Amino acid sequence: MNLTLRVWRQAGPDAPGRFETYEATDISADSSFLEMLDLVNERLIEQGEEPIEFMHDCREGICGTCGIMINGQAHGPQSSTATCQLHMRSFQDGDELVLEPWRTSGFPIIKDLVVDRSAFDRIIEAGGYISVDTGSAPDANLIPVPKDDADLAMDAAACIGCGACVAACPNGAAQLFTAAKVSHLGLLPQGQPERYERVVDMVEVMEEHFGSCTNMGECEAACPKGISIDFIAMMNRDYLKAKFRNRRTA
Amino acid sequence: MATKVSHGDDAATGSRRTPFLVELYRSALGKKYLMAITGVIFLGYVLAHMVGNLKLYQGPEAFNTYAAYLREMLYPIAPESTILNLMRTVLVIALIVHVVAAVQLTTMNRRARPESYRSKRDYIAADFAARTMRWTGVIVFLFVAYHLADLTWGWVNPAEAGASVYDKVVASFSVPAVAAFYLVANVALGFHLYHGVWSLFQSLGLNNRRFNHWRRILAVAFTVVVVGGNLSFPIAVQVGLIS
Ligand code: SF4
Ligand code: FES
Repeated sequence: MNLTLRVWRQAGPDAPGRFETYEATDISADSSFLEMLDLVNERLIEQGEEPIEFMHDCREGICGTCGIMINGQAHGPQSSTATCQLHMRSFQDGDELVLEPWRTSGFPIIKDLVVDRSAFDRIIEAGGYISVDTGSAPDANLIPVPKDDADLAMDAAACIGCGACVAACPNGAAQLFTAAKVSHLGLLPQGQPERYERVVDMVEVMEEHFGSCTNMGECEAACPKGISIDFIAMMNRDYLKAKFRNRRTA
Repeated sequence: MATKVSHGDDAATGSRRTPFLVELYRSALGKKYLMAITGVIFLGYVLAHMVGNLKLYQGPEAFNTYAAYLREMLYPIAPESTILNLMRTVLVIALIVHVVAAVQLTTMNRRARPESYRSKRDYIAADFAARTMRWTGVIVFLFVAYHLADLTWGWVNPAEAGASVYDKVVASFSVPAVAAFYLVANVALGFHLYHGVWSLFQSLGLNNRRFNHWRRILAVAFTVVVVGGNLSFPIAVQVGLIS
């Protein structure tokens, strides 16, 4: 198949960016979206031009490194699919594809389609962990976890931190990512000791970098892991509880 | 661990001085809580307002009696208009909180996306109502200002001085432009309610998989009842059902 790509090219963080048009010819419908970009890049290199920088690592939908705004949709048109898992059969011969980086002040553009997502690391640092004593490893399965809680925690833990939720959100809010991380630990017994500190601290850092949620649900629709906005409500509830507890213990 | 200890200290010294709601208001998430709570106050108000106004259909006497009752509520236990003014105070405070929080959060969201996408966004879940909350909010706000000037203070009311409340309403709604403004504003209110009623459950953290589908049903039902009732009044006057 043959496609026309309009790709955002930006030489560096402060350089002005613009769209460049490239023809992607002879693309197999069975190739992945990133393989298609690889091919386009090889041809660019042959012609002595700068290849298009884009983010990728595992290419199997589990690391959360990839992410492109394709025709106004984060990770492209297929639902619950990361960019690396998208295949060219999702498109038609002759399509024009517009490729843009995630756009939010929380994710500054580094180059072309590559953004700096370390703001997510700051949120994790604020509380996205549990503290465990060092020493000999505890017995596995020592702490019983109710099946429903374990399932729900696993649903939240599926978040790969790709940032599509922020990219898709009209407000540039990071509620879905933060809620997934808060809930996945907060639902499990191991996460209880730090549960209420965690939610307050992570929300605080989240709000330093990102916008505020207006419950549009666009994040859920864009998320390659289908993280539910139910987790956002759970985070909100924990946040209020935490604020009450802080006062009582103060 | 060191950072956590200091965080605890902050909370301790901070909370002893600041009231809970003020502390809550400091965070964006807390602002959303307060927007939801003030939203619930408005929901109660718009519903009561619409139901009360249905008395228009019972004729001038019933409507004027109702209007007078609003002033005499709990009289003589409370002096005249006390309850009414109390409700007004609550509504004005709620309005200030709701609007100021909305403005501040909007500013925050603009900062979070200083550069918009160049390509056309293809929204999947964000519906028209959700994306236009700010605009429908502004329209409803301007409408309320006009509505008060028209029927509460009477500054712009077309009826002659000393007319009954019923006559003032009819005089106002008989002007096609005014009736049209009422219709437009109430459609805007409808969109605001459609998203707002659903959204407040999320903001308040009220989420239970067994009941979640009821949130949308409730939002639609509430919107249809309130907006349907409100729209009927100017239409009834225009077609001569009420005169
Ligand atoms: S919640 Fe979904 S969209 Fe957001 S970072 Fe996690 S996996 Fe990506
Ligand atoms: S490259 Fe790892 S998730 Fe796409």
